[in-house]
Amino acid sequence: MTPEHLAQLEAALAQVSGFVYPNEVELHWSILIVIYPYLTGLVAGAFILASLERVFNVKEIQPTYRLALLTALAFLIVAPMPLQAHLGHPERAFEIFLTPNPSSAMAMFGFVYAWYLMVVLLLEIWFEYRADLVRWRQNEKGVMKLVHWLVSLGSRDVSPAACAFDRKAVQFITIVGIPSAFLLHGYVGFIFGSVKANPWWSSVLMPIVFLFSAIVSGISLVLLIYYVTSLMRRKELDMKCLNTLASFLLYALIIDISLEALDFIHRLYESEESIEILERLIFTKLFLSLTIVQILIGTIGPMVMLAFARFSALPDELKRMIYFIAALLVQVGIFSTRWNVVIGGQLFSKSLRGLTAYKLELGGQEGLLVALGLLVLPFLILALLFKILPPWKDAETSPEQSAAQLT
Amino acid sequence: MPKTYNRRDVLEELLKLPSATVLLGVIGPVKVLAATHTDDDQYEPTEHNYAMGIRVDKCIGCGKCVQACKIENDVPQEPFYFRTWVERYIVYADGEVEVDSPEGGIDGFPPVASDKEILRTFFVPKLCNHCDNPPCVQVCPVGATFKSQDGVVLVDNDYCIGCRYCIQACPYGARFLNPQTRTADKCTFCYHRITKGLLPACVEVCPTQARVFGEIGDRSTPLNRMMRMSHLEVLKPHMHTEPKVFYSALDGEVR
Repeated sequence: MTPEHLAQLEAALAQVSGFVYPNEVELHWSILIVIYPYLTGLVAGAFILASLERVFNVKEIQPTYRLALLTALAFLIVAPMPLQAHLGHPERAFEIFLTPNPSSAMAMFGFVYAWYLMVVLLLEIWFEYRADLVRWRQNEKGVMKLVHWLVSLGSRDVSPAACAFDRKAVQFITIVGIPSAFLLHGYVGFIFGSVKANPWWSSVLMPIVFLFSAIVSGISLVLLIYYVTSLMRRKELDMKCLNTLASFLLYALIIDISLEALDFIHRLYESEESIEILERLIFTKLFLSLTIVQILIGTIGPMVMLAFARFSALPDELKRMIYFIAALLVQVGIFSTRWNVVIGGQLFSKSLRGLTAYKLELGGQEGLLVALGLLVLPFLILALLFKILPPWKDAETSPEQSAAQLT
Repeated sequence: MPKTYNRRDVLEELLKLPSATVLLGVIGPVKVLAATHTDDDQYEPTEHNYAMGIRVDKCIGCGKCVQACKIENDVPQEPFYFRTWVERYIVYADGEVEVDSPEGGIDGFPPVASDKEILRTFFVPKLCNHCDNPPCVQVCPVGATFKSQDGVVLVDNDYCIGCRYCIQACPYGARFLNPQTRTADKCTFCYHRITKGLLPACVEVCPTQARVFGEIGDRSTPLNRMMRMSHLEVLKPHMHTEPKVFYSALDGEVR
């Protein structure tokens, strides 16, 4: 045990109010476990947005389709990293695949993840890009030609029949993908919702609340990325697309806050033995991150902004700005949602008699710096993906040019 | 119809008696020898079902059990890691309840600080409940924590990946992450001792016999007697974990 860790525990002990079991002074799931559901939520949300275009034929959001797919991939690649870094024995992580305990919700992670990555995302992206890859390759030289040849797996056929098959395949995978995306994030909710020992987590609504917050976060992230990349490429933003995204974001927010409200009212009304300590939790330790950041700044604020901007006669320029700020606030709100679930659920004692504290370290394996790194990494991967697989339609003829424009 | 004895029968029976005595005299030691032999070589876990009883009204809060446990099991000395600990409950006349467990009660308890009128006080030793339906075992992703055949919940140190899901799943706060091994840790009922016929360290040192160790089932153990003579309760029965640590004289305030 490091002296820093001991000092941290002593600081936490000094902040304990009421009674906590002696083993509960140490908070076990740190900020890294906050990041994990945040990332998978973005993956599921971005994919569901992409599916809207393909399966439900929402043509307005077509400019964001590929963007959303690549965003989902970039974030999915990073999603298991915080889990890995958090383990007491990271070198034994593979045991989850080799000898999974069938009764453990967590043991299923590897399979859900592998299914989603291999069967859904990679396949869909491959079929979506295959014909383009072949076409790009023909006009390229050097490294990019090789990269595109590798990514296309040597495929050559661009006949109308082959392209028609691609479209069909994408359609089919998307249809499989929607329940898979629900599974991916609903499952993360289940990991928390099924812990009967923890009254803050234990709720049958948890997977559903997770899912809708995922959709909220995914739409807002794709909106942000579409906005920023268009600015960087000096391209005109498609206002129809932005308006539709804003509408979807608003509807998802309404469902999300309704579910949260239902959960809250249900708990309050049932008034079980845990209600007093949870009340104390909400009004002391979580007041800032729950009431102020999650509910006011992260949900109600953006809802009002979106509703106002979407259904008023403001000039497009102003509307865009409001959408952008609202989406940014939604991200902050969703991150604090994850924080309030994961950290909040560990701040009170299972004796229901007291509260403990969480002090975020700066350095160290589970510190702020590692956390920030894990939040930045998906964007770096996304930039790389944009280079290899430019998601913009105008790039179909010259991907290098548009990639160069981006950077 | 009862058998009637004539003189011949009585003489016959009398003759049988010494031979039977001799025979038993021979068989007895052989059986004992044989039994000792198997005990040494082969401990048969399926023949046991360990459990513990705690008599709340006997506990004086001396903390010897906490000390003994830390020493016996190499539990880190820092006050954040406990396989067993003692809680003190102070119920005031106005209905307020105060609970404390300074350093797990390892050095006993300081005098009550408040001047308020006290209704009742008592100590409650806590440890892993070795649940028959253990949530920690259910959630372990790799099966590193398991219920042994003799009814003890154990952790395989060489297998645990340190994900801490079991710590979250335990309703009793009985688990911690051992900072030395970076794996989940908890009470084992002193498995290394009980499988040799010894008592867990906490039971061994308890000066008031507040802790009673034994088995559930036919085997005659001190726990059997306690279970016959007391009204028993378990902690958080609504969790349906089916604990195997049974409390007598447990107060409703204890969670």
